[in-house]
Amino acid sequence: MMSVEDVHTYYGPSHVLHGIDLLLEKGDVISVMGRNGAGKTTLMRTIMGLTPARQGTVGFDGRDITRLKPHDIFRLGIRLVPQGRNVFPKLTVEENLRLALVAQKSADPRSELEKAYDRFPILGQRRQQKVKGLSGGERQMLAIARGLLGKTRILLMDEPSEGLAPLIIRELHDTILEIKTEDITIFLAEQNVKMALSVCDRHYILEKGEIRFTGTTEEMSANKDIMIQTLGVSA
Amino acid sequence: MTVLNGLTMGMVLVLVAGGLSIIFGMLDVLNFAHGSLYMLGGYLGYTLSIATGSFWLALLLAPVGVAMVGFFIEFFTLRPLYGRPPLHHLLLTFGISLIAQNAVKFIWGNDIYSVETPESLTGIVEFLGIAYPTYRLFILLFSIGIAILMWLLITKTRYGIVVRAGTEDIETLEAHGIDTRKVFTGVFILGSALAAIAGAAVAPMRTVYPQMGIDIIIDAFVVVIIGGLGSIRGTVIGALILGQAIQMGAVFLTGFADAAIYIVMAGILLFKPSGLVAESN
Repeated sequence: MMSVEDVHTYYGPSHVLHGIDLLLEKGDVISVMGRNGAGKTTLMRTIMGLTPARQGTVGFDGRDITRLKPHDIFRLGIRLVPQGRNVFPKLTVEENLRLALVAQKSADPRSELEKAYDRFPILGQRRQQKVKGLSGGERQMLAIARGLLGKTRILLMDEPSEGLAPLIIRELHDTILEIKTEDITIFLAEQNVKMALSVCDRHYILEKGEIRFTGTTEEMSANKDIMIQTLGVSA
Repeated sequence: MTVLNGLTMGMVLVLVAGGLSIIFGMLDVLNFAHGSLYMLGGYLGYTLSIATGSFWLALLLAPVGVAMVGFFIEFFTLRPLYGRPPLHHLLLTFGISLIAQNAVKFIWGNDIYSVETPESLTGIVEFLGIAYPTYRLFILLFSIGIAILMWLLITKTRYGIVVRAGTEDIETLEAHGIDTRKVFTGVFILGSALAAIAGAAVAPMRTVYPQMGIDIIIDAFVVVIIGGLGSIRGTVIGALILGQAIQMGAVFLTGFADAAIYIVMAGILLFKPSGLVAESN
């Protein structure tokens, strides 16, 4: 469904991704783990077209999307839940959600919004509130809800658990497991190894812009050395 | 009477500075040529009202013409410079304003033109115990009407959501399926049309002259600064305050009127260095 082949990405002169190869099949729930600065966010941004690869290709449904604009990539069904719960603080909860429907003319806005509020009742209660007043966990829910509106085919989640309290991470964990049952392909960037191992089936470990290890959850757990070496933790 | 004049002046400034503020908030472009668009509105309104014989038709068509000019400016000159330091845009739009001013002198000459007030709006109306020129009252109500339309557009429609989101974070907007380049063009065209509406509407009251663009852009910049850069609400409040300052200055500081603007600006910035409605982030 999605392939990343020999991708090199730069921020100005600094070379961040050094030849990344990935494969995501429909329905896959895959993680990419790595320390801060390993290149997880850059990988997400490259797929979304925000920082296009200078070399290599990103393919989706057999089509080369490496140099498409982010808004065109969005329209293919690829959704980014950005790092840092990047929602619009001065807009209300509902306006944030409606924004993701503007470009999806086929979707029925009312029923899409209702679906989002069913999934996250707290957002329904706060629909008219400005996002400024929301807690970190609520903002994360909003960012995820926004990513699921309309025809989502791949959900790219960039460190959703970052900076959240353990109780909220627990909730987030359950939410991702629920999305998993809905036939949406998930690509999760995480530093939280426990979280990544418990929700995803296959994993990539990223270190200094290169893939160091690929394997299923069992293979990862059997290979504690590589985890300690690259992530500094064992699960 | 002075208060009412100040209010009229303030509402005209809302139209000009409102566009300037949204363009700045979204495109990160301090558009020095915004005054030129106002000026073109005035000149085009003048020519069209003579050509068509109808002030109303001119008031409708002049903004359409200027909107087209706005499209060309955004599409062919600003667009290649997005992502560059703001100084580049300032120099570019400053250059455009010089070109526009000289083009106007070339086409219309250095003369001052007066646009005839439409017959239905000549004379004086009396209300609240004061006699006020009908045309000024019309401008006041007309600009309030346009401002309300803009307010509805920005707060109630999905286009408004897109514009407000764009003043916060362009990249996240782009990543949610919005072609932000098209939105930039649209916002610039709308801002141009608003400036032209103001220029064409005040022409019968203030005449049309080559300096008018420079005169208004200074006031509009002051409005945007005292209101708080990029804040629409701040712009409205700033415009209303400045409108009063200009009129009060003209009455009470005769011969020294322009100073009133800067006294007010300095006074406000002394207590609120980032403007009246400062954005926390």
